Amino acid sequence: MYTVESLVAQIQGLSSSAGDLSLLLTHLKQADEFLHNESTRLLPFLEQLDPTLHSLGYLYILEASTSGPVTNEQARRLVLLISRFLTSCVADQIRLAPEKFIAVCKSFKDQVLMLEAPIRGVVPLLEAVKKLRSSEHLTTLHPDFLQICLLAKCYKTGFSILEDDIFEVDQPRDFYLYCYYGGMICIGQKRFQKALELLHNVVTAPMSSINAIAVEAFKKYVLVSLIYNGQYYSSLAWMCILYIELANTYSIGKISELETYIQTNREKFDSDNNLGLVKQVVSSMYKRNIQRLTQTYLTLSLQDIANTVQLSSPKEAEMHVLQMIQDGEIYATINQRDGMVRFLEDPEQYKTCEMIEHIDSSIQRIMTLSKKLTAMDELISCDPLYLAKVGRERQRFDFDDFDSVPQKFNI
Amino acid sequence: MEPDDEIYANGEPDSSNNRNRPIINGEQLDIEAYAGLYTGRTKITRLLFIADQCGQNNNTAMQMEALRMAYEEIKKGENTQLFRDVVHKIDGRLGDKYGMDSAWCEAVDRRAVQKKEKLENELNAYRTNLIKESIRMGYNDFGDYHYTHGSLADAFKSYVRTRDYCTTSKHVIHMCMSAILVSIETGQFTHVTSYISKAEQTVDALDPNTVSKLHCAAGLAHLDSKKYKLAARKFLEVAPELGNSYNEVIAPQDVATYGGLCALASFDRMELKNKVIDSINFRNFLELVPEVRELIHDFYSSHYASCLDYLGNLKANLMLDIHLHDHVQTLYDQIRNKALIQYTHPFVSVDLHVMANAFKTTVAGLEKELEALITDNQIQARIDSHNKILYARHADQRNATFQRVLQTGNEFDRDVRAMLLRANLIKLEYKASRKL
Repeated sequence: MYTVESLVAQIQGLSSSAGDLSLLLTHLKQADEFLHNESTRLLPFLEQLDPTLHSLGYLYILEASTSGPVTNEQARRLVLLISRFLTSCVADQIRLAPEKFIAVCKSFKDQVLMLEAPIRGVVPLLEAVKKLRSSEHLTTLHPDFLQICLLAKCYKTGFSILEDDIFEVDQPRDFYLYCYYGGMICIGQKRFQKALELLHNVVTAPMSSINAIAVEAFKKYVLVSLIYNGQYYSSLAWMCILYIELANTYSIGKISELETYIQTNREKFDSDNNLGLVKQVVSSMYKRNIQRLTQTYLTLSLQDIANTVQLSSPKEAEMHVLQMIQDGEIYATINQRDGMVRFLEDPEQYKTCEMIEHIDSSIQRIMTLSKKLTAMDELISCDPLYLAKVGRERQRFDFDDFDSVPQKFNI
Repeated sequence: MEPDDEIYANGEPDSSNNRNRPIINGEQLDIEAYAGLYTGRTKITRLLFIADQCGQNNNTAMQMEALRMAYEEIKKGENTQLFRDVVHKIDGRLGDKYGMDSAWCEAVDRRAVQKKEKLENELNAYRTNLIKESIRMGYNDFGDYHYTHGSLADAFKSYVRTRDYCTTSKHVIHMCMSAILVSIETGQFTHVTSYISKAEQTVDALDPNTVSKLHCAAGLAHLDSKKYKLAARKFLEVAPELGNSYNEVIAPQDVATYGGLCALASFDRMELKNKVIDSINFRNFLELVPEVRELIHDFYSSHYASCLDYLGNLKANLMLDIHLHDHVQTLYDQIRNKALIQYTHPFVSVDLHVMANAFKTTVAGLEKELEALITDNQIQARIDSHNKILYARHADQRNATFQRVLQTGNEFDRDVRAMLLRANLIKLEYKASRKL
């Protein structure tokens, strides 16, 4: 009944207007199974279609041909094809068939990984995410894209996606992966606050059973927390005793103890791929000790700094202080002639126009968020599923209580 | 004798004169005079404690003196266990006169057994007669018997037993005071506190002497639990009429010393002036320990060097005191910190060399101490280590407020977004569970 040629003709014919497109969509949905049966033969027909004009049809055929297992040289051709498609397709058309689009992207990612060239996938997937994105909604595409970025070490590209807020989630697993990978990208970009936020979301996400993503995320969360805050919140200390111990050793404040602890457990940290972070934890301890000095002293000699913070020489102390001044972590000047460091106050006076604007925009943003929260609260209170669940859990015999949930929901 | 000579001469162990002579002073402790302040079991315990301390410090002369006096005192009593202890400690070093006297021990033990039988019989007789007053006195006698023979736990139990047979508040007070005495001896200050409150709750008014005794006991209890402020307040409330009437526990010199030191370590300036320096009552006590009086006045008038000098001199003797021993270092540290804080308080900038002179310490050491106090937020200042000057520093409220505002805004933002996310996740969960 169907032939590939006829389908191609339909695609070519019905891809111009919105009405045609919906008609095309119904046709394609009916023909889907047929396409899947013909998957091996489909590739040549793609040359008759233009991805920019016939995105929807192209997508269907592409999806059908990539649905089976793919060999290495097939992958080589397909990767080129799909990257061209992703960069040039039309957003409106592909949004009509999002699951197909996601499937194609997923198989694209697998192929790129098989060819061991993740960097080839970064730009196409970035385009894909941008085109698929409907505001504040998380798709399966996001974690895949972040994974590619991590493997290709293109942290900056990945980071640009993370700046948007996400409020709606379809699949919890996608969300956990998104936050976990996102956290790792932020760590790579040294944006520790955002990393903490993302990792915190994973670790505190409501889940009925513990999963491995959360455990790994927790390990990184503890480490980043120590680097950024000098402490971590122990409400989540159910696993990973190794890391809790590390945090405890850190809070005691002795560099030598911390280093011995890390030395003894080196392989375990290494096997978790967290050794780099752990080293950063150690250097953060030096930083914290130096920062504490700024609260007590106005000027201090480099020798004294070296002694207090347990560094080996004034030269090393100078290096540390210089690095911290450059990173903006303390305000100070070094007087090399006397070997003295002079600690200054934070020059921010909170008097500039930029500061006012910053505060103003923050207030606006927070007001919007609050409204959103109230709206969601109202929505849920009227949701029949929620009411049913709450009604079920109430005591059955509270006759004296003010009955705010109608009887009909007491199942 | 001239008043001056009285101070320096070592007098005879005559209790009535001792009130006028400062016993706790900077010179080496005169053990006979010290022991003369106390009576009863506490005298022995204190002497033994001094002997132990001197033994640890290798001060053999004083140790022997203390042990000798302890021996003589114990022989006057009926406690054979303590006798054996002290003989063991003396170890023959004081000659034959102070050796083991087994005959005496046996005699005392025999007497003790006889007495015990007699008391038991009497008590049983009273119990069958069911006369409350007699039973009460029987138990009291038992308590006294146990106390003199050194079984303090049994003494305590017997005293407490009289509670059921007390009819007047005088009886109750007597029971409380005995219980307090035994508890102080055994060091169980929780009991002390509870029996003090029992005594204070009696319906009839207490006579002032008892009130003072209860204050002393309360002060000791607070001191033991390191609540120096409360201890100071209690000691300051003791009326000077106490005199020597509580010698089986505490001497008026002790009240002055403990109260003075605790007050100095824990009161702020105003309280120190009102309750200690201007207090007429307490002045009488302070006269007994002029060095403590001097050091309090020095502290108040900011002569820190001499104040710390007095403290240093007194330390050796205070370490020999049974109640104060564990707290001397803490109190000293607190007083020193208070002095440092008080010194820097009125100034915008302080030259550390001058300050080091005033406190008789090195600039480096002073810097370390000040650093600890600044980190602890007890002094608001910063140290210019290069020029060795301390600058007062007052937090900028305006900047701090802006900072906090921005931070709170960020946190709120983060939390609300996380909430929205979590709400969505939960919604997914119960949608999924509903479908199952």
